[in-house]
Amino acid sequence: MRTNPSNIASAVLTYGFVGLMAFLSIFPFIWMALGATNSSIDIIKGRLLPGEALTTNIANFFTLVNLPLVFWNSAKVTIFATVLTLAVSSLAGYGFEIFRSRHRERLYRAMLLTLMIPFAALMIPLFIMMGKMGLINTHIAVVLPTIGSAFIVFYFRQSTKAFPSELRDAAKVDGLKEWQIFFYIYVPVMRSTYAAAFIIVFMTAWNNYLWPLIVLQSNETKTITLVISSLASAYYPDYGVVMVGTILATLPTLAVFFFMQRQFVQGMLGSVK
Amino acid sequence: MALARRGGIGRYYDINGWLFVAPALGLIALFMVYPIVWSLWMSFQSGRGMMMKFAGFANIARLWNDPVFIKALTNTMTYFVVQVPIMILLALILASLLNNPRLVGRAFFRTAIFLPCVTSLVAYSVLFKGMFAFDGIVNSTLQAIGIIASPIPWQTHPFWAKALVIIAITWRWTGYNMIFYLAALQNIDRSIYEVARIDGVPAWARFTHITIPLLKPVILFTTVISTIGTLQLFDEVYNLTEGKGGPSNATLTLSLYIYNLTFRFMPNFGYAATVSYVIVVLVALLAFLQFFLAREREK
Repeated sequence: MRTNPSNIASAVLTYGFVGLMAFLSIFPFIWMALGATNSSIDIIKGRLLPGEALTTNIANFFTLVNLPLVFWNSAKVTIFATVLTLAVSSLAGYGFEIFRSRHRERLYRAMLLTLMIPFAALMIPLFIMMGKMGLINTHIAVVLPTIGSAFIVFYFRQSTKAFPSELRDAAKVDGLKEWQIFFYIYVPVMRSTYAAAFIIVFMTAWNNYLWPLIVLQSNETKTITLVISSLASAYYPDYGVVMVGTILATLPTLAVFFFMQRQFVQGMLGSVK
Repeated sequence: MALARRGGIGRYYDINGWLFVAPALGLIALFMVYPIVWSLWMSFQSGRGMMMKFAGFANIARLWNDPVFIKALTNTMTYFVVQVPIMILLALILASLLNNPRLVGRAFFRTAIFLPCVTSLVAYSVLFKGMFAFDGIVNSTLQAIGIIASPIPWQTHPFWAKALVIIAITWRWTGYNMIFYLAALQNIDRSIYEVARIDGVPAWARFTHITIPLLKPVILFTTVISTIGTLQLFDEVYNLTEGKGGPSNATLTLSLYIYNLTFRFMPNFGYAATVSYVIVVLVALLAFLQFFLAREREK
């Protein structure tokens, strides 16, 4: 790029704009981290320096919240949802590619259509169903309706198109059965697809709010998102405690994201193609 | 091949195919298709709690005379009309700027702008509620740099409460859309841009005449998912504005209204189901409209 006034101006504009957007994106995280170290009054006043209230905030948080239990509840729901969704959806994603039936595309399109159904339209029947099965206030009720995910099936099928059919043919010649091909060849080859899907499902499950809010009614079963929400909706919320809570609620997804960032972006690329 | 052709009928059977897709399709049928049909049936019933009886179109008639419903519908459509275009345009601009390989530090900028969508809807709503408090950091900063003279009542004024919801969801989702555009831009041959640059096409014209047309399918995709997302808005409004729907229902959304009808007020499953079908119809209509518009422009 040659240096002339208009180039400099456009560079300043570009960096200024992108820099401002990056700052605005990160700022709430900084505020959250600083907030955890300040008293509730200082946080509201907008103090932007580290304070000395971190230990008090953490202590107050632990008196209000049974963290091991709440974390365990969230972890349980998330792990079951993630493992089961990946298993069921990858089977279907692969299945739709090897499926020889004239109903295949019709079924697939009908399944994709369910993506347009908003959750609000399902929650009352689902709530009654869970009630009839005696599952209200259980983690099974939280996980069960989320396992069959049309979006993740779609994602696996899109990625399966890149799965080399020569591998399949060779395996067939060697006499492998369909389920053997799936477990011994497809799963290892599609590692990065699984990784990206893992991130999406993990985050959705960990952050899920409306459905757990409806089905989880006792304090013993509540997940961390529900607890944060109730801490913050107190008449006089202690913001220091709330900050400690939001950090704890955000850390697992943040960790998963940074740990697997490359796969995530690759996965997104795969789903757009 | 695992094809088994049964004489003359021309049908193909593939047990393996069925076995692989059955668990997913079974679960989707049980927890999506069955409830949505049930919901349709419920929307023609009326009554309190479990005591329901057939009511014909009474629920639909009730919609027109329900000011709270009209308010929730107007609010939801306002969020949709204002927020989705702002976010899509912002995400497109950011993606095309961050696609430039000569931009120093673009990996950092990408991660930073993507970061908001890692947080939970609840956690960031709670953060925004604190930041946008009347005597909170946003007001004090805006006052300090002289943009506003007196603090803005973000959570108590109907207009500003809506603005706050829009700011919050734009913060959360812009980076998410940007990633789709970045991924799509990487499939475009960079030499197109180089040629245009050498020919003296200004940056803005490169954006409107190259980037936007080439990304059209992805823009359509993100617009449709954003539409579905906006029409389902719940977590943010519930946590930003006191769980009820803000000052005189100014931020109430359709999803929140359904929740209130079902779990906060005297439960009325039939009417709540009718309101939920309004969302179904809106999603279907808007998605259809977006596909239709995308196809029209292609001609």
